[in-house]
Amino acid sequence: MTSSLATVSYIGATILFILSLGGLSSPETARRGNLFGMVGMGLAVLATVLGPRVTPSGYAWIVGALVVGAAVGLYAAKTVQMTQMPELVALMHSLVGLAACLVGFASYVDTSTAFASEAEKSIHEIEIYLGIFIGAVTFSGSLIAFGKLSARIGGKPLLLPGRHWLNLIGLLLVIWFGREFLHAESVSAGMTALLVMTAVALLFGVHMVMAIGGADMPVVVSMLNSYSGWAAAATGFMLGNDLLIVVGALVGSSGAILSYIMCRAMNRNFVSVIAGGFGSGAKKPAAAAGEAQPQGEVVPISAVETAELLREARNVVIVPGYGMAVAQAQHMVREITEILRKKGVTVRFGIHPVAGRMPGHMNVLLAEAKVPYDIVFEMDEINADFPDTDVSMVIGANDIVNPAAQEDPTSPIAGMPVLEVWKARTSIVMKRSMASGYAGIDNPLFYKENNRMLFGDAKKMLEEVLVALNA
Amino acid sequence: MALLIGVPKETAAGEKRVATVPDVVGKLVKLGFAVAVQSGAGEAANFDDEAYRAAGAEIAASAADLWARSDIIFKVRPPTPEEVSLLREGATLIGFVWPAQNPELMQQLAAKKATVLAIDSLPRQLSRAQKMDALTSMAGVSGYRAVIEAANAFGRYFNGQITAAGKIAPAKVFIAGAGVAGLAAIGTAAGLGAIVRANDTRAEVADQVVSLGGEFVRVDYEEEGSGGGGYAKVMSEGFQQAQRQMYAEQARDADIIITTALIPGKPAPRLITAEMVRSMKPGSVIVDMAAEQGGNCELTEPGQAVVRHGVTIVGYTDLVSRLARQSSTLYSTNLLRVAEELCKAKDGVALVDMEDDAIRGLTVVKDGEITWPPPPLKLPAPKPQAKAAAMPPPAPKGHGAGEPMPAQSLAIVFGAGALAFLLVGLFAPVSFLAHFTVFVLACFIGYMVVWNVTPSLHTPLMSVTNAISSIIAIGALIQIAPPLADPGAVAERPTGLILGLAVLALALTAVNMFGGFAVTRRMLAMFRK
Repeated sequence: MTSSLATVSYIGATILFILSLGGLSSPETARRGNLFGMVGMGLAVLATVLGPRVTPSGYAWIVGALVVGAAVGLYAAKTVQMTQMPELVALMHSLVGLAACLVGFASYVDTSTAFASEAEKSIHEIEIYLGIFIGAVTFSGSLIAFGKLSARIGGKPLLLPGRHWLNLIGLLLVIWFGREFLHAESVSAGMTALLVMTAVALLFGVHMVMAIGGADMPVVVSMLNSYSGWAAAATGFMLGNDLLIVVGALVGSSGAILSYIMCRAMNRNFVSVIAGGFGSGAKKPAAAAGEAQPQGEVVPISAVETAELLREARNVVIVPGYGMAVAQAQHMVREITEILRKKGVTVRFGIHPVAGRMPGHMNVLLAEAKVPYDIVFEMDEINADFPDTDVSMVIGANDIVNPAAQEDPTSPIAGMPVLEVWKARTSIVMKRSMASGYAGIDNPLFYKENNRMLFGDAKKMLEEVLVALNA
Repeated sequence: MALLIGVPKETAAGEKRVATVPDVVGKLVKLGFAVAVQSGAGEAANFDDEAYRAAGAEIAASAADLWARSDIIFKVRPPTPEEVSLLREGATLIGFVWPAQNPELMQQLAAKKATVLAIDSLPRQLSRAQKMDALTSMAGVSGYRAVIEAANAFGRYFNGQITAAGKIAPAKVFIAGAGVAGLAAIGTAAGLGAIVRANDTRAEVADQVVSLGGEFVRVDYEEEGSGGGGYAKVMSEGFQQAQRQMYAEQARDADIIITTALIPGKPAPRLITAEMVRSMKPGSVIVDMAAEQGGNCELTEPGQAVVRHGVTIVGYTDLVSRLARQSSTLYSTNLLRVAEELCKAKDGVALVDMEDDAIRGLTVVKDGEITWPPPPLKLPAPKPQAKAAAMPPPAPKGHGAGEPMPAQSLAIVFGAGALAFLLVGLFAPVSFLAHFTVFVLACFIGYMVVWNVTPSLHTPLMSVTNAISSIIAIGALIQIAPPLADPGAVAERPTGLILGLAVLALALTAVNMFGGFAVTRRMLAMFRK
């Protein structure tokens, strides 16, 4: 295959990737979009392998690596549970980051690359340096995110004293070693600087994600997604490969937009999320909130009464949260939905953008349980309908239905858009206890007069509701 | 020592309610109280002595005996002077008192060193007090009953039907005043199948009217009519003019008019004139729920149903008693809630806590001292307006459909962008610029494409972008076995190391590539209609 043919194949692959992302605009076209992505990837790999830059002597290595990787990847994809999707995605981001690092190192030690000018050599080295930096941050950050999401590391933000200074020092170190690296006489001299920088970058990634609270995980996951894209783009610059640049830019901007959407859904500034420590900021206002203790009493309700309320309702909106994922209750929710729909009750789902631990997490869980996606709505679509709703049922969610966001300007989550479940005739909150959510603040919803609390494990309670509905 | 709650038989003419029903007796006993009921007290509401006895109450043969022995009296109507004279010195009375209308009664009660909790003086704006709000529960009952009376007097079906015997148009019901009674009437009439319209001077109740199946008719005039405590206030002349015109129109069209308009401490507003009654269709019905305060209709005769100009005008003042069993049950539950508030320890001892806002409002006489009217409630300042100003609704979220960026920040963004490009253009070599162009354009394409992704597919988006980012495999591929042109360079090249790194990188990306696409496929297969 000639160089031109390879390039043309790359253009084809690029178009397929763009179509792949475009396909995700609706569930009908998404499956085709995924197919486009696969074809594009296959095309790109084949064109490279058969192209002028790979000699047949490497084929055995390539096939071997692909087979091993594919086996692991397919196995993971097949066995992962839908509730564990955030962990899997985080883990995969770390792989991209690590790969970017490895390619960067390999490219640096490769002395066979010829440069037309000194400037080009410098640029090449800057690209390597940046590529490895982003790759390393992505790698360690994603690993920590994985640890947090799979509860191997506690969800509480780790706040080192003077953490912003630590970050700043890290950044200065990176810049200083960057200078050293550019001025290095030989590969081995530059390697020291490169390795030190990599270590700093790894620590930086760990520190950054450790400082972020569990509730901000959707932002972190999408941010790491973005980083893995930028890592690919940097590698593309390093190797002078346009396909890598284009795809990296696509992925990078996609992740950036997702992070932006998630931040807006929490009414938080991107910088403040990255700066971390949501839990710590809430301490002070919590004391102030003492004066504005929610008025009223908490009224518990039994599963049987819940079933009765649901049966007599005409319009039901279910608001799932992370608690549903933890309790694996999505199938139970679907069964209840089906029964109610058969009885002529209109059942819909309201999804907050940051419900769960990853953008769109709830949608995937509901889809897994075979809830038809046309009754699943986003917050903005359904919020106006709560006043006409008879029963709104909150399953394992807290902060995303907290009226304090609208009513109490001193609340740490003030201004965050929330699902207005309390506007329904009756709201039922399914919760294990009165504990507060990730934001660590009290929820006045529980004290509202039209609110009922159904305490207990979501799955067990829903089972009881289901039995009562069938009775 | 448990206090004795006494429930006398109501003495007012036509009053059929009783202050405590057997169900509630059991709950009062659980609170630690003893309960005595006058023989025959619940008869008119279909509760016999036997039921009370079964629930744990003792039956007192005479009123005098009951009043003399009871520590706390539960009543419905304000006590008559005779009843007050029977009241034991220092006892507690709970029931309707209407302190503003009955100053002599207040004096008599004070003279008896009594403690009086007037259920009508409850601070209704406290949400905690709503469970004790007998005015609301009674208004709900009377609103319901008003529709039943109207249906009784009306010669047609409420709901429209198409039968073998012809088509029947639905009845048109107009309800003036959408307070608790009005809303109950709207719900009941709509439930019977009528077309329901309603009006209120308080524009904010429009949503409630609609939620019950009614249609809100607006007066074509701008004025806010919300007074204190959930009542309306007197409106300006211009407004009343516009309102009269609207009522005249509704009267011509409606089959049934139910009026509930009351302004506290004032005679009921005259909404329906004789002229309007004349304009109504023969056989129409007016139910005037404000008859006791003079009536909303000019031709209302309080306490009676009369026919004027072919229109039946129902002015019953005892709508609540006409549903005595229901209203007694609700009323006694309200009183039970008061008792619960008074006796938080459940030890049968009532404690009138004047620090408690709700109890303070209820208490009009305390140990012989008149404590009415209560000091104004220290409620948190009404927030709705401030809230609306402080927190504009979140900008409509959507696919790039947010508010356009203000010109100033847009200028800054463009300026910074231009500067960055200038720097790149000044210092970067040509070969870099080609890649840079591609990079910037790709960012833009990504931006455009990703905004179109539906939020429900954000997880698949992440996993698919993740899979796509394994394109980094290309980088590894071209390092594995590149064609080496310059033999001099080859000698120095650490081929083994590069190969190792590249193969490892390739294997890692392959995990990502295959795993990412496969898991996306699995997820997307689940999205179904």
